[in-house]
Amino acid sequence: MTACRETAAVLLEQLAAGAVTSLELTEACLGRIAAHDESIGAFLHVAGDSALEAAESIDRRRAAGEPLGPLAGLPVALKDVLVTSDQPTTCASRMLEGWNPPYDAHTVEQLRAADAVLIGKTNMDEFAMGSTTENSAVGPTRTPWRLDCVAGGSSGGSAAAVAAGFAPLALGSDTGGSIRQPASFCGVVGLKPTYGRVSRYGLVAYASSLDQVGPFARDVASAALLLEVLAGHDPRDGTCVDEPVPDYRQQLDQPLQDLRIGICPEHFAEGLDGEVRESIEGALDVYRGLGAEIREIELQHARFAVACYYLVAPSEASSNLARYDGIHYGHRVDDYAGLVEMYSNSRGAAFGSEVKRRIMLGTYALSAGYYDAYYLKAQKVRRLIADDFSRAFESVDVIASPVAPTPAVPLGQLTNDPLEMYLADIYTISANLAGIPGISIPAGFSSDGRPIGLQLLGNAFDEEQLLRAAAMHERETRWHQAIPDLDGDAQR
Amino acid sequence: MTSPLTIIGLEVHVQLQTRTKIFCGCANRFNPEEPNVQTCPVCLGLPGALPVMNRLALELSLQAGLALEGSIAALTKWDRKQYYYPDLPKAYQISQYDLPFCQGGHLDVEVQHEEQGERETRRIRLIRVHLEEDAGKNLHDESGGGGESRVDLNRAGTPLLEIVSEPDIRSAPEAHRFLEELRLLMVYLEVSDCNMQEGSLRCDANVNLELTNPAGEAVRTPIVEVKNLNSFRGVEAALTFEIARQEREFDECDGVYPDDSKQTRGWDAQRGVTFAQRGKEDASDYRYFPDPDLLPVTFSDEYVAELRDRLCEPPAQRRSRFVEQMGLSDYDAAVLIDQGPHTADYFERVALECQDAKRAANWVTQDVLRELKERDQAIDDFAVDPQGLATLISLIIAEELTTRSGREVFAALVEGEGGEGTVSERIDRIVAERGLAAVADTDQLDQLIETVIAGNQQAADDFRDGKEAAIGKLIGDVMREAGGADPKTVREALIAKIRS
Repeated sequence: MTACRETAAVLLEQLAAGAVTSLELTEACLGRIAAHDESIGAFLHVAGDSALEAAESIDRRRAAGEPLGPLAGLPVALKDVLVTSDQPTTCASRMLEGWNPPYDAHTVEQLRAADAVLIGKTNMDEFAMGSTTENSAVGPTRTPWRLDCVAGGSSGGSAAAVAAGFAPLALGSDTGGSIRQPASFCGVVGLKPTYGRVSRYGLVAYASSLDQVGPFARDVASAALLLEVLAGHDPRDGTCVDEPVPDYRQQLDQPLQDLRIGICPEHFAEGLDGEVRESIEGALDVYRGLGAEIREIELQHARFAVACYYLVAPSEASSNLARYDGIHYGHRVDDYAGLVEMYSNSRGAAFGSEVKRRIMLGTYALSAGYYDAYYLKAQKVRRLIADDFSRAFESVDVIASPVAPTPAVPLGQLTNDPLEMYLADIYTISANLAGIPGISIPAGFSSDGRPIGLQLLGNAFDEEQLLRAAAMHERETRWHQAIPDLDGDAQR
Repeated sequence: MTSPLTIIGLEVHVQLQTRTKIFCGCANRFNPEEPNVQTCPVCLGLPGALPVMNRLALELSLQAGLALEGSIAALTKWDRKQYYYPDLPKAYQISQYDLPFCQGGHLDVEVQHEEQGERETRRIRLIRVHLEEDAGKNLHDESGGGGESRVDLNRAGTPLLEIVSEPDIRSAPEAHRFLEELRLLMVYLEVSDCNMQEGSLRCDANVNLELTNPAGEAVRTPIVEVKNLNSFRGVEAALTFEIARQEREFDECDGVYPDDSKQTRGWDAQRGVTFAQRGKEDASDYRYFPDPDLLPVTFSDEYVAELRDRLCEPPAQRRSRFVEQMGLSDYDAAVLIDQGPHTADYFERVALECQDAKRAANWVTQDVLRELKERDQAIDDFAVDPQGLATLISLIIAEELTTRSGREVFAALVEGEGGEGTVSERIDRIVAERGLAAVADTDQLDQLIETVIAGNQQAADDFRDGKEAAIGKLIGDVMREAGGADPKTVREALIAKIRS
């Protein structure tokens, strides 16, 4: 069914016009998942029955002329880091195997209220720690474009689901690039909103001061649509900001006049794959052709971003993951003598090695005598990085860069070298440290057919301008229309 | 040997009486009968749940800090104190580490010295006051059957004030007095009910001594933290025991300690002894860091000033006012203040209405408190309101009622007699029904006396013959006939009539 290839925005129109029903669309998505997900590995849990039920009910309500929500009838996939009251939530960890949360995340409530069809929970790096989705306790997710390569991570399942036509929309979470990088590896649009734009209530915490929920879609307009549903104040998250949510789509089609795009020369230096560089330069040419001005900017402290991130994030993670102690919920081993052993054996058995590595890093960094030198110092550096961006946005509207140094890497390449994997976060991490929004949009392919994304960063709470800038590029290119060849009828 | 210097510092935890918990909407209520019913994803520490600060908890905390005369921080934040324990579902407690909302402050405590019987006001300085969350409760099988341990999280997330004193306390009774005064202050502020049975006030005590060793040098004994103190008496008893134990230990080792690090001891209230617990875990590292889920909070000067203006009169000040301005005895003032703000308010209203504070105090401390105790009632539910009691006392002052009749009317009011209407109307009715009006009419009294003497010639003759006791029966008879009459007046009138 071709519906699986359409964007959410187009599908909404078709649903409204009666050209397709939600049931047909949901059945098509489920059919495609059944046919292809064994080779891709996007889903941890497919909620087939409840999705079909929801779709039917929405179709009935539509037929009865009842008012419907803004996503009425659209299947949406959820990264398994968002808690759901009617589907298990595992964070791709053995620790939470079989855990059924008693509540919905705020963003899940928003989706239900918007009449979305929740189609299932997607694969991820365990507790969102990783950049390839190979740290999943269940198995890796592959990019639908090249089944020998990773989907990226940590929201690899959601990115692959949207790319493969399993769902027109998906939610991910981004702590250091976990939406943008897999979006790039899978050739879809992925947006990390400003910290505080979307409630984290019900998002299982990895690094609380960096985590943010955001949308995956096949085009910018659909990402804007989904963001409108997700964004907004939630009194249950003290870090969620009470700012009005603009109508992101209203002016989306209007190009920004005199757009100023900042680029940082260091982003194009050593370590950047040649084909990625070409794609980014090609994208900049597109903007030049639209009358945009490209300016060099200085992000003086950007070179400390990876080091800073790998102190802040593991520190918070070591604390956030302490609750998985086998007492109240989650995995508990049968074999222990005494309380301490119950803790250590349960955690030892149920956490994967990357999670353990980060817990150890963070525990060390927060230890007495080290706190000032590591965590506190990192927080100071973080402030400097944020200040760099504030200064840069005085002279430019958005900042353009690659999303990752390379296109999707072959399975196994980064898992054996954690440091290499950490360094690959270099372009995305600063946005989380500074709290600013960022988007990855399709901007090309490598010669061997792996997608390449362009990252645009915007000023805090200016998702509207960021989306408009992204839409300008999208209108001039056809990269986002490319579809991976799963059925042997590639359209590139 | 000179008497040792006793050094005591207290760490007091006070549960705030908010309607809901500190970070979620669950009820803040003592409820051990139904474990885990007052819980939600937040206080259960479920994945994805986030804390949101309870404004009232913060406001009550600031009021407590201001009443303790501490300085309120312009900016305060919350930190995670990390340790594993089954009653701590997040494996960290949200507490305050280096920027507590309140620093310094003090509490003045009046102590009576045993030897001289003198009173002295001692100022106990405070180090800090901070706001944190309480943990849940581990429930172990105490039958000895080795059953599974259980966890009740009803208490998890109860707002908890930690008040840490400087080591300024010099004796066990002084520690007891400090806690009493602190409890009163918290109760008057309506910050906490400080119910020790329900654990809403808990205390740890740090104690050591400065003694002189055989070489004549001053030596301090290792600091001992006594935990698990759940009554004021227990605090005093544990400290008394611990002071004696440390002296004994000092004598045994001549002030040379192989290990002078701080130790933790528990208090066994049954046996009346402290006992060694596992070390204070000097090795334990709480890895404090600012909780990223809770934004730091700033307080404007205006807000703090407004809260300061709203503070009630502190109980200690009120107590001295009762003595100095209202003329009460120290004892009566203390009894009234100890009953809490509602009783003190009741008393003050009665005193104001009847314009006789001493009489009002007598009535409240004796009659009212007795009735409340017998009925297990709170002052707010008491059948006689301040207006009623003041009316009654005024009638007695005006000699329209004798004190004895007044008591009878009071008892009748307590029982709800006197029908409908205002208290005055009810009192009038009770007085009329029982014929209790004081007989002020001398003609009527004279008549009565003549009648009584006429019917009791023998008693009158006996009295005239010098048997003074004989008058008692005559007085009794007149009083009974009169319904309400002042016994003194009756006695004088009787004697005058007999001798005439």
